[in-house]
Amino acid sequence: MTENLTMAKALNAGLRAALEQDDRVLLMGEDIGRLGGVFRVTEGLQRDFGEHRVLDTPLAEAGIVGSAIGLAMRGYRPVCEIQFDGFIYPGFDQITSSLAKMTYRHDGSQAFPVVIRVPYGGHIGAVEHHQESPEAYFAHTAGLRVISPATSHDAYWMIQEAVRSNDPVMFFEPKSRYWQRGDVDLDAASAEPMHRTLRVRAGTDVTVLGHGAMVATLLQAAEVAASEGSSLEVLDLRSLSPIDYGPILDSVRKTGRLVVAQEAPGNVSVGSEVAATIAERAFYSLEAPVLRVSGFDTPFPPARLEDLYLPDADRVLEAVDRSLAY
Amino acid sequence: MPLSTALPPAETGTAEPVRLLSPEGQLVHSALSEEYLPVIEALPDERLEDFHRQMVLMRRWDIEAGNLQRQGQLALWIPSHGQEAAQVGSAFAAKPQDHVFPAYREHVVGKIRGLDPVRIMAILRGIDHGGWDPRETGNFHIYVLVIGAQSLHATGYAMGIGLDGASGTGDPDRDEAVLVYFGDGATSQGDVNEAMIFAASYQTPQVFFLQNNHWAISVPVERQSRTPLYLRAAGFGIPTTQIDGNDVLASYAVTQSALDAARSGAGPRFIEALTYRMGAHTSSDDPTKYRENEELAYWGARDPITRMEAFLRGRGASESYFRALAVEAEEFAADIRTRTLALQPPPRERLFRHAYTDAHPLVDEQRAWLERYEAGYGDAAAPDTGAAPAEDGAGA
Ligand SMILES: Cc1ncc(C[n+]2csc(CCOP(=O)(O)OP(=O)(O)O)c2C)c(N)n1
Ligand SMILES: [Mg+2]
Repeated sequence: MTENLTMAKALNAGLRAALEQDDRVLLMGEDIGRLGGVFRVTEGLQRDFGEHRVLDTPLAEAGIVGSAIGLAMRGYRPVCEIQFDGFIYPGFDQITSSLAKMTYRHDGSQAFPVVIRVPYGGHIGAVEHHQESPEAYFAHTAGLRVISPATSHDAYWMIQEAVRSNDPVMFFEPKSRYWQRGDVDLDAASAEPMHRTLRVRAGTDVTVLGHGAMVATLLQAAEVAASEGSSLEVLDLRSLSPIDYGPILDSVRKTGRLVVAQEAPGNVSVGSEVAATIAERAFYSLEAPVLRVSGFDTPFPPARLEDLYLPDADRVLEAVDRSLAY
Repeated sequence: MPLSTALPPAETGTAEPVRLLSPEGQLVHSALSEEYLPVIEALPDERLEDFHRQMVLMRRWDIEAGNLQRQGQLALWIPSHGQEAAQVGSAFAAKPQDHVFPAYREHVVGKIRGLDPVRIMAILRGIDHGGWDPRETGNFHIYVLVIGAQSLHATGYAMGIGLDGASGTGDPDRDEAVLVYFGDGATSQGDVNEAMIFAASYQTPQVFFLQNNHWAISVPVERQSRTPLYLRAAGFGIPTTQIDGNDVLASYAVTQSALDAARSGAGPRFIEALTYRMGAHTSSDDPTKYRENEELAYWGARDPITRMEAFLRGRGASESYFRALAVEAEEFAADIRTRTLALQPPPRERLFRHAYTDAHPLVDEQRAWLERYEAGYGDAAAPDTGAAPAEDGAGA
């Protein structure tokens, strides 16, 4: 069966399914209960599952993540919501120094199946700290899985897989896509595993790759390129750590060219990692250097400048042109 | 006992916070008010009118900004309706040499310190992140949206005052102190608690000013604390007072006394102002989803402006004062509107400007790249021009 849902509604449905399937699953975060979250992703869940399953927490991110770790030790599967990307840092210590390392430090005697949901990214015209893309910090941290859906269908399935994962999962939700509709196939057989890179548009000339909201921009760029006579193959990374290189290598061996795009700043980023690895593993297939398209290496600017800061289809196409010019 | 997710009955107050002005606008004579009333009685009429005047102007500003937001001229508005007394009284208590660290709702405090209101409008119009020099705005520092973070900055600043020997000299006109604002939700953050620990440890010259407006977005204060919040400070060893935050006179007199103590070298002080956020958290919020009308009515009857107006009228304030103020408020709002609409989007250069203080090769390269790109990327970014555009990772 297929339903047409916004990404926010798809996440809501996925969380509902996770709560139904396992009564050790808990949701916790600021304003997620009665209000249903500032993006309404958890709307109605406290009403339907009760205050013991959907917890409005005190205002403290270290408190949310740190207590989720203890709950996991007690056999719960907490799903934490961080209200906005830029507000994750008070919880950073608990995520990177504790959550990420706990299983390793226990030599595997305990698992820490904690999910941390983070609405992230720009294009919503908001004030400071509400539009950032901090995923690289977490991809850089051993012990965390980092994933990000680009569609409603993936949001519905990936959140459920994240909850079932026995590792901690950082779940980055592209908030500019929250209100976009997409078909969600509710048949479990249609779910792609969360660690997979997916080809979302076939092409022959240049491979373009991204994650989250950037995938829509890449598809837009591919349309424009097609009208101008070049064929882009579009890949949706989905998992930022670990990265599934197989489909990227297959694509690059075919096209010989790769452009990696992201909203996050480029310096020491997920895109940098992909570029380095492809240069290492597919050197003889490449016709051009792997190019990166990203946010600038500056703080996220005031909202009136965000369209200049964030890469758009034109910036992707500029890199595509440069790649083709080699 | 099962996990308690239930909230205790609302009981955030002491039996009696410090209150100098009753909701009906009468001076309150009580054991608690005794200490502070002489301060009020010594104030000239113009000063008392100014308390009222700033509250009225703030409320008018709130209405204008709310309209501008609905008309698509602001990305966001953060109302302070209901909290004017807590803010205005405490702001007037600070001396010119004091430093003020706001959160993000203290617009009128900034105004009283000398900040142009349009600077705040620029933040909410998506034009700036602050961008003012506190030395030019009455030592009113820039807003901080990360809940509680400013409390530690304030403590560090106060530590600096202590290290400089700029407090406790015995000269009250020279001694400096710090006044820091935060909300009830913020009291749950580690930063706020750590700020109190550092402040107590180093006996910093500062006043923690908590506006307990009873809500952190949709979360009631009972979720943050089962003890009246002013008692938290006592646990850190900081002398603490709870006040009626809708009483501008209490806010003024108690903050003045606390700042005097801090300036004189007696260490930090804590004030909890019991008040109420009458409006939405911000223009993005819908409070009907989570709170009851009865509560709103209760606090509506304790409006800070109504009671100060009754007090002034009781003292014989002239009708012409109120008439002139009404005119001034309209002019003030019109001026904010005009100048907000005239605000220009920031220049492209603002992306890169001041990301660092010293020259930075990566930022310089990206700035140059964007210049060429905007000029028309056809030739600008060709990889073989030798100009090394994004070729080595300029990240655009
Ligand atoms: C570290 C952090 N976490 C979450 C948020 C999102 N947020 C913005 S305001 C707010 C509530 C703040 O409540 P309170 O401290 O009582 O101040 P008030 O808004 O009531 O003035 C929250 C949760 C934030 N800004 N910073
Ligand atoms: Mg509050």
